[in-house]
Amino acid sequence: MLAKRIIPCLDVKNGETVKGTNFVDLRSAGDPVELAKAYNRAGADELVFLDITASHEARKTFTEIVSRVAASVSIPFTVGGGINALADVDRLLNAGADKVSINSSALRNPALIDEITKHFGSQVCTVAIDAQQMADGTWQCYLNGGRIPTERTLFEWAKEAQERGAGEILFTSMNHDGVKTGFANDALAQLHDLLSIPVIASGGAGTMKHFAETFQLGKADAALAASVFHFGEIAIPDLKQYLCNEGIHVRQLSNNIL
Amino acid sequence: MKVAIVDYNAGNIYSVIHALHRVGIMPIVTDKAEEILSADRVLFPGQGEASSTMASLKSKGLDKLIPSLKQPVLGICIGQQLMCAHSEEEDTDCLGIFPNLKVQRFVPQSREDKIPHIGWNTIEQLSSPLFAGLREEDYVYYIHSYYVPVCEQTIATTQYAGVAFSAALRKDNFFATQFHPEKSGDVGERLLQNFIDLQL
Repeated sequence: MLAKRIIPCLDVKNGETVKGTNFVDLRSAGDPVELAKAYNRAGADELVFLDITASHEARKTFTEIVSRVAASVSIPFTVGGGINALADVDRLLNAGADKVSINSSALRNPALIDEITKHFGSQVCTVAIDAQQMADGTWQCYLNGGRIPTERTLFEWAKEAQERGAGEILFTSMNHDGVKTGFANDALAQLHDLLSIPVIASGGAGTMKHFAETFQLGKADAALAASVFHFGEIAIPDLKQYLCNEGIHVRQLSNNIL
Repeated sequence: MKVAIVDYNAGNIYSVIHALHRVGIMPIVTDKAEEILSADRVLFPGQGEASSTMASLKSKGLDKLIPSLKQPVLGICIGQQLMCAHSEEEDTDCLGIFPNLKVQRFVPQSREDKIPHIGWNTIEQLSSPLFAGLREEDYVYYIHSYYVPVCEQTIATTQYAGVAFSAALRKDNFFATQFHPEKSGDVGERLLQNFIDLQL
């Protein structure tokens, strides 16, 4: 049976992870490669790396990190940030990334989704959507990490992204992000019913129960979080055991290879 | 041991190279017939769409070479699909190493069946030395929309969207997995090690 996925997300700036970490046994807590290895060992199902720098030099550094991560981990990983053209996708896939995540660039130029999926297949193209629920209940999509509002709304944009060939939708609720009171399960459940491609829930993880709820109520296919993992508030093996006890199918590491 | 990865412009082969490094193998990546023919093991990985990847194989003459190989060959993902007779994807005739097998698209049976099938799923009915040391219901990583039905050549199955499909196939020296061993953690690395260690 297909397992629900747990995905730690790492923000990378100038070659270092931005959010602090509380991992034991790490030589450098700020080193994305060391962190990736630790999550790989802990049983993370996938990883996401977001390049939050802009300069050309930093972009080169990020590509080198992608390459080192690819050499070090045996699980899939997605990279995002600063992907504006096919050449960026080519560069990152060639460095060893499995998938790319596009956000603002897709909102500005939706045809980028078609181009990427035509050249590399739907499976490499995750469309990330940052959206905020307004007073009237509509979900407005934002550009540039939640800084610039757009005319687009969550459900019609997600549907269009799917029709253009996106392989997955990564939805971050700006209302829930950083608040640690649970994921946007109503909107997630609506996305689930609307779309035929998988949905990754993001924004709001605070407790293990929140993960169970986003799978059960939000019907999410995967759940992404950053700080609860980086600060060691939730250990992935504990989370997997908890979810298993709740009757949710997750991949638990078999230390039993004969 | 000489291990060759077939180079035919089909997506991310870097993860395969890295995974082989982790099991102590330094593969060569090549589209040259003499290099592939002289290898002890051949990997035929890839991602992408059936018609364009077949066209790429043909343009390099690899569509004739690969079916003629005598050493152990491991197809991965689109590699497995291209080793079949035909794919529904763009109505593509494939290599026919697994004769009569037709690659089909998943048909969702409910809202729960999302296509592509992405993530970790369990392998069952394991029946090959390729799975030495692995167990029923071990998890492997999948990312695909098309599948090979269960058939005589099936050596492992997985269930998704209301069907059991071929997680892996074997005919003579040809092996193939629909999942990605290079992305399947320790389980996948053990499978790659098993492939390297195969005694036919």
